[in-house]
Amino acid sequence: MSAPLSRRLLLRALGLSGAGLFLAPGFLGRALAASPVSPARRALVTVFLRGGVDGLSLVPPVEDAAYHRARPSLALKPPGSGPGAALKLDGPFGLHPRLEPLMPLWREGRLAVLHGVGLPSPVRSHFDAQDFVESGTPGRKATPDGWLNRALEDEEGGAALRAVALQPTLPRALFGSAGALAMGRLEEFRLRGGRRGAEAASGFSALYAGAVDEALRTTGQGAFEALSQLDEQRLSRLPAESTVEYPKGPLGQRLRDIARLLEGDVGLEVAATEMGGWDTHAAQGAETGVFANRCRELAGALSAFAADLGPRLEQVTVVVLTEFGRTVRENGSRGTDHGVGSAMLLLGGGVRGGKVHGHFKPLEPEHLQDGRDVPSWTDVRAPLVEALRACRPGVDVAKVFPGFTPPAPLGLFSV
Amino acid sequence: MRLLSFWPLVAVLLSCASGPHPAPTSAPPAYDEARAVHALQRLAFGPSARDLAEVRRLGVEGWVEAQLARSGSALPPELEVKLQALPTLTMSMAELARDYPAKKQREQALLDGRELMRPALIGLEQSAAKVLRAVESPHPLEEVLVDFWFNHFNVSAEKGAVRWMVTSYERDAIRPHVFGRFRDLLGATARHPAMLFYLDNWRSTRDGMPRPMRRAPRGDAPGEAGAEVESSTLEPWDDEDDEPKPGLNENYARELLELHTLGVDGGYTQQDVREVARGFTGWSIRRPRREPEFFFRRRAHDPDEKVVLGHRIPAGGGMADGERVLDLLARHPATARHLATKLARRFVSDSPPPALVERVAKAFLDSDGDLRTVYRALFQSPEFWAAEVRGVKVKTPFEFVVSALRATGAEVTVRPRLVQALAKMGEPLYRAPAPTGFPEVSAPWVNSGALVARLNFSLELVSGRLPGTRVSLESLARPAAPSAEGWVDALGQVLLGAPPSPETRATILAALSKRAEAASAEGEPGPVDVPLIAGLLLGSPEFQKQ
Repeated sequence: MSAPLSRRLLLRALGLSGAGLFLAPGFLGRALAASPVSPARRALVTVFLRGGVDGLSLVPPVEDAAYHRARPSLALKPPGSGPGAALKLDGPFGLHPRLEPLMPLWREGRLAVLHGVGLPSPVRSHFDAQDFVESGTPGRKATPDGWLNRALEDEEGGAALRAVALQPTLPRALFGSAGALAMGRLEEFRLRGGRRGAEAASGFSALYAGAVDEALRTTGQGAFEALSQLDEQRLSRLPAESTVEYPKGPLGQRLRDIARLLEGDVGLEVAATEMGGWDTHAAQGAETGVFANRCRELAGALSAFAADLGPRLEQVTVVVLTEFGRTVRENGSRGTDHGVGSAMLLLGGGVRGGKVHGHFKPLEPEHLQDGRDVPSWTDVRAPLVEALRACRPGVDVAKVFPGFTPPAPLGLFSV
Repeated sequence: MRLLSFWPLVAVLLSCASGPHPAPTSAPPAYDEARAVHALQRLAFGPSARDLAEVRRLGVEGWVEAQLARSGSALPPELEVKLQALPTLTMSMAELARDYPAKKQREQALLDGRELMRPALIGLEQSAAKVLRAVESPHPLEEVLVDFWFNHFNVSAEKGAVRWMVTSYERDAIRPHVFGRFRDLLGATARHPAMLFYLDNWRSTRDGMPRPMRRAPRGDAPGEAGAEVESSTLEPWDDEDDEPKPGLNENYARELLELHTLGVDGGYTQQDVREVARGFTGWSIRRPRREPEFFFRRRAHDPDEKVVLGHRIPAGGGMADGERVLDLLARHPATARHLATKLARRFVSDSPPPALVERVAKAFLDSDGDLRTVYRALFQSPEFWAAEVRGVKVKTPFEFVVSALRATGAEVTVRPRLVQALAKMGEPLYRAPAPTGFPEVSAPWVNSGALVARLNFSLELVSGRLPGTRVSLESLARPAAPSAEGWVDALGQVLLGAPPSPETRATILAALSKRAEAASAEGEPGPVDVPLIAGLLLGSPEFQKQ
């Protein structure tokens, strides 16, 4: 599959098609190397829910009496108890009713939950907790790069679009030596130079190739290579062919763009995006309200993404993660404060779905971290290791998560 | 869409005032153009022709001192005129809530035949004012500091009622104190409804507070006077979506310690967060969605003793508990170090020398948090002026946009497109997505999408395609000869503050010759494409740095 694509790109790069073409140093070589993710590999997509997701509302332990006692206004009703009740999952767990669009994926065994997951020791600062999850080195602030980027170090080169963040700034997880791109929207990722577009593009390309500042140089080169490729494939211009409807809001837009890159066979290996609004200190709501609205957007976007990809979802693994969970007890503002363990969602190829994985104990005070929070029963790095192994067999885990010894397999993936 | 006001004439067309090499009039012997440019890069959003002339006139040290001495001298009339055309800037929170209400109230008003303004205009006007002041104010250091401290004490207009409060927050809580004492700045933010709402403290109550009697459950006819059941001894909680329930909210307490004062490694514990939160119970807002003002809810306050960082705050302090916590934090050595680090990062380099941080922290503690003294310690330090820190910091999107407008002497009226361009570069003004504010260091700003947005901005600005801006390149520089080389050299000096490097020069000339070929193929004559030169210079790696 890779040869015809490369030849097509090469022919175009040689000027046999397309207007507004410009070449950046190294582009030809990279275009030849660009190939779709090989069948043995999957693309890894991460969705970071920023603000600290209340795992107990995402996947509520509805059969636990302590849960209902701790949350008089926030607890969700057990399945079958009328409108607004949680949806039946596994064991004591339900799914938030506004995540209903995910239920078909659950039933098909393509969606799994890992509960009680978090950093190895409590970090209740958003900034530090996000930093530790994304650097992949909890407790160590000096780490310059991120776990997703280190995961790409197993292979030299790769396509210009091998690592892409669909968000306005590059996330910490993608900092590092393997070139990674960030873009707010695919359709805005093009140079608008008007009638002087070609000259501006080649001028900028050369200026950045010679930049003294290393970060600007590598970022500029990566940008121009990606621009060339996207321009050639017209990915940033054409309307999506898909008829799948994504929900309004940034997450739907971003997952749609990721789906287009995957379908365009641009050589995408990892993609990262994010969604905010989960820091629900006040008026969090139960089956309706702020949290419920976030759930609706999340589930709508994920299920549209799965439908958009169709059978290709087998070659993609989606990990939905956050920085920490929230207090078991609701606070004085009908919200929850920063906690420790939360829930993670895993979706796509290889996932052993239809199951709530991980340890979990009833929410009695003796089982709580500091008497208040769901503990981090599973180190957040453990599921990330399994996702990586499912996507990139042979990945050097010790390099991605230095100093981390993975526990016994959690069994999140079948292949 | 309502346009922002249009100002047909800008009284000072900055670019006309001086060419690239005007003769210094009364420059002191020590005047050094590179130092002048550095001072303007860090303390003034980049050089403008007017401010360069001002630095030449006063000398670099004299100019820095004049900026630090900023006393109430008025803004120039032409800037005043532009700001006066933005009515929301001077309105109170209550006026804004009344005249720029949410959709439901606007629709209701329409039924009564009154057309009210959209609240989005509040943010647009405030963003416009921020850009205009940064470009044109004769006190640019004040604007840099307002930007810094707002970001330090970040609130976001994205969160509920905060959108009607941000104008007042910057105007009344931040700006008056940026040359004052840190304790006053801290206190002003702590009591401002924007902060109380943003970090939820307004709803934090002591555990076990009896539930106040209040309005009947929803479902009753709205607006029916009889539906309001309220004892006269109880304060109203004016919020449609939530009735209070006893209990602490830790949000403000945690960010106060982590972000505003001690820093995340400042040595506090989870227990300290609880104790601080207890101290601030009752610090609330009266009528947050209609006439927001600070309000102490005595019944919500936890009257018992608190112990914060080992200091005992005796029982019965009432509202003063919060003030005592602020006193303690504002004088804490960890706060001094945290603030010194952030300031040094902003003004010197992403990883500032530890010795400098220590010195600035000491100035903070010795002066009891007098910010002018702190700035002076920083700006007079050899580290601030060191050759190796010049040009090492990547500009934030706001710094990039403003420095481009200043360097090109653009006439600015600020339309929505300019504000949107900033959002595409990753900096949606007044809407930073986390309490942390926008990043102070380079790495998060340097990414491909943001870079493409910067290049597009550069090209649009110089070719007259950015609504609300007008640039006259011909009056900006006077080339020795009207050749490509002449224009590259002259514009390079003006826009980069120094002659372009040989590589940059050669690259731009190569792009120009391609352009000339393309133009002659189209049958056009081949004059020098001056906008292309300016666009390449503004988008160049050099211009992204300061």
